[in-house]
Parts: sequence; structure tokens; C-alpha cells
Amino acid sequence: MPTHRFLAVAAGLLFAGSAAAQDWSTIRIATEGAYAPWNFQTAAGELAGFEIDLAADLCARMEAECEIVQQAWDGIIPALQAGRYDAIMAGMSITDARREVISFSRPYVVTPGRFVVTQDSPFAGFATDVDYIVMSEIDDADQAALDAIVETFSGNVIGVQTATTHENFLRQYLGDAVDIRSYDTQENLDLDLQAGRIDAALASMGYWVPLLESEQGQDFVMVGPALAGGVFGEGVGVGIRQEDGGLVEKFDAAIEEALEDGTISALAVEWFGFDSAARD
Amino acid sequence: MDFTAFARYGPELASGLPLTLLLVGQSLALGFVLAMLIALMRLSTNPLLSSFAYGFVYVFRSTPLLVQIFLIYYGSGQFRPFLQDIGLWVFFRDAWFCAVLALTLNTGAYTSEIIRGGIQSVPFGQLEAGRAVGMAPLQLFYRITFPIAIRQALPAYGNEIILMVKASSLASTITILEITGIAKKIIAATFQPVEIFIIAGAFYLSLNFVITQGIRYAEYRLSPKSPEARARAEERRQRAVLAR
Repeated sequence: MPTHRFLAVAAGLLFAGSAAAQDWSTIRIATEGAYAPWNFQTAAGELAGFEIDLAADLCARMEAECEIVQQAWDGIIPALQAGRYDAIMAGMSITDARREVISFSRPYVVTPGRFVVTQDSPFAGFATDVDYIVMSEIDDADQAALDAIVETFSGNVIGVQTATTHENFLRQYLGDAVDIRSYDTQENLDLDLQAGRIDAALASMGYWVPLLESEQGQDFVMVGPALAGGVFGEGVGVGIRQEDGGLVEKFDAAIEEALEDGTISALAVEWFGFDSAARD
Repeated sequence: MDFTAFARYGPELASGLPLTLLLVGQSLALGFVLAMLIALMRLSTNPLLSSFAYGFVYVFRSTPLLVQIFLIYYGSGQFRPFLQDIGLWVFFRDAWFCAVLALTLNTGAYTSEIIRGGIQSVPFGQLEAGRAVGMAPLQLFYRITFPIAIRQALPAYGNEIILMVKASSLASTITILEITGIAKKIIAATFQPVEIFIIAGAFYLSLNFVITQGIRYAEYRLSPKSPEARARAEERRQRAVLAR
């Protein structure tokens, strides 16, 4: 035990930058604040949303004092690596590409992606025989549905938020058929869908369902099958620096608990309108 | 620092160079024409024209270009039915048009002040000399006022060209994939912002180096003190003597 403590102190001195947070009694969590209902700013300028509530719950379980900081999406991973904060909770899907640079907790939410068009769009009635495709287990019916997506949107402009799994899906499966336009924020993407500059948009159902129920989403309608797994990743988890292994386990345990006692399901229903908790 | 990134992503970033050049070129050309009109309006004795020009310059110089681009692009989307009715939506639908419009209005405002300064710095004696030999007002403008004003304004205008090259990067915020837009796209996929922005920065640096040299050369050629300019003046004088 004394040896361990000595090593911990020595490591602390070596890595002085992260030493202060090693016992994880305080955790700084970054969120984007522009991705309602996951995380957003209220009219009063305060952060709110599913992940803000979930962070509070997880921090109570970890007996840690948490500070939520706001960080633009395109710099959210580099700033984590630079040590500006310790964790990311920003609707970030767990993917292999991101795993190369950061670690993830176990997923807390799995939400499929879906296309959205305006009510008056020629694609407004688009549907396939299957309504849920798991990209890692494609059968013949699924493949037919994917082909139908490509054929339907071929030659049109599809908007997507940059650096998302949804963008990866479009580039991989529709890259040759459609004109992909990438947006810095989902909110700007919505503006252009409304304005008719793009023909369809692809994003998470966790984003679409509440939006379509609100006044801003009245003109929008979801079309085509729900898409999950494979290129869409395992789900949404907490992003953590690779060298902070201990924090991953703390988050894993807290998420496990919150999944088991139904907290995450309740929060998902409250914020997304459907239970998207990531059960095994 | 991942040095292989330079070779790996350099060519992809270079593919944004033509778009950056086109964006800057179009905006500068249109902006210069606009600036000329605004400068002349500003100097006009008509209070209506003069105050309109003053207001235009005031608004566009006093608000951030990022805000202007955002409002022109996303703002116009809010007025789609109206813009469709008057047939302008086909233009505003296009991100490229919105970017060129914003950059043109912005550089138009700045450049008009540069031109105004140039015109006002033309020595009164030279104008008087022009009038004394019987030049008409228009002739006086393009033979005397304009050349001298341009020479005076060139250093400041060179600055404006360089600022425009850098300002064009803001077009990336409205989905245009010029150098910065491509850089952001690559960063989104690789999470290597430092390496990618170093390459992008190097492209802007080289571009502005060429422009700086071009402006220096133009300044040298137009300067009344350069040997070439003196030789040309001497030649003109001799021709005038022979003609007599």
C-alpha cells in the first residue's frame, strides 16, 4: 500500500498537469450546448438538457463535484486532450476513429439515426419494408432498404452535421449518389432544411423526436428506416482521455447503476420522448 | 506532432486553393466597382447621396464580417417566401452567392474609404493645372484625379487585398469548402487540428507573400520617383516637343 501511494505521488509529480484531478473528487465535464435536447442553452443562458441532468445524477453516484463547461463541437476532442476538462458528455457516439484518440465509458444511450425532410417535400412519404436497420447485421431485406435510400435521394442535397457518425454513413453509403453538405451545428442545418437549400437531413432520432414535437419542427417529418449499429457506433458514451483509465471505470459503474434503477430510461423519456437507454 | 500529416493532407487542402482565389477575386473585382461608386457618392455635394454612402460604410465597417455572412445566408433563409416572390431566392439559395455578396459589401465599404482618402489627397494645384489647360471635368477625373488617387491609395489597398484573402476563410461557416472549410472537414475526421491548421496557414502565408510582392512591384511602377517612371515622363516630354 505505501508503495502504491509513493508511485501515485511520483506519477502525480511527473504529470503535474493532471495531478490535481487524479482522485476525481472534482470532474470537469464538457458539453456543446447547441444540441437540444441533449444539451442546450436556455433563454436565460443556462445549460440544460438530458446530459446536464444525467451528469448531475452520475456525479452524485460517483460522489464527485462536477463542473459543466461549454465547448464548441469541432474542438471538443482536442480540448479534452489538452486537459481543459476531464470528460465529454455531448451526444458523442462511440466510434473506432474516436477510440484511436480518446477512451469512452460504456454507452448510456443508443439512438438510431433517421432522415428528415420538410412536409411539402417529394420525399415526405418515403418508407421502406424494414423500419429498423442494424448496420452491422445486414440481411437481404436490409440491403434492399439501403438500396432504396440511395435510389430515392440520388442527385439531391443532403445536410448533416460535420464530424458525426451520420456524416460517416452518408460518405460511405451515399457519397457517390448525393451532394453532402456539412454544417458546423445542427441548428444551422435545420435552418437550411427549412429554407429549402437542402432536400433532406440525417441526424439522431434523439434529436429529431423532440424537435418535431416542438413548434420549430412543425414543418419537418421523419422518413425512411431507423439506422443504428456499424458505422453509427455502439451508442453514446462519455469521452475520456486515454491516460485517465480510472475515470472510465468510475463512469462505467455509475452508468451501470443508473441504467439498472431506471434513471436513464426515465431521463430519456423525459427529454427524448422515447426510452433510448443503452441496455446490453 | 504528426509530420506525416503534412504530406497526407497537403494535396487535399491545396484543392481548396482555386475556390479561395475565385472567392477573393470575384469579391475584390465587384467590391472595387462598388467602392468607386460609394466613394464618389460620399464626396458628392448632394446630401442624400453623401449620407447614404456614409451610412453604408458605417454599417459594414462596424459589424463583424462573420455576423454579416451569417445574416445574409441564414437570415435570407427566413425570408424565403418573400425572396421567392420577388425572384431573388435563386441567388440567395446559393451559398456561393451569399459569400461573394457579403465579402463584396464588406470590401466595398472599406475600399471606398481608401479611395476617398486617395481622391482627397490629390493636390489642388494639379487639378488647377488640369483645368488651366482646358480639361473637361470627366477628363480631369481620369487623367489627373484617378491616377494620383490610385497611387496614393495603393499601400492601403494592398492591405485590404491581404485582409480579404484571410476574410475569405469565413465562407467556410456557410458550407463552402475553400481552404479553411476543407481544413475543418479533415480535422473533423482526424482530430488533428494543429497539424491541419499549420498546413492551411502555410497556404494563406504563401498566397499573401505573392500578393505582397505584386503590390510592391505595382507601387514601384506607379511611384513618380522610380527610374522607369522618370524615363517614361522624359519620353513623353520629348514626344511632346517633337510633336510641336
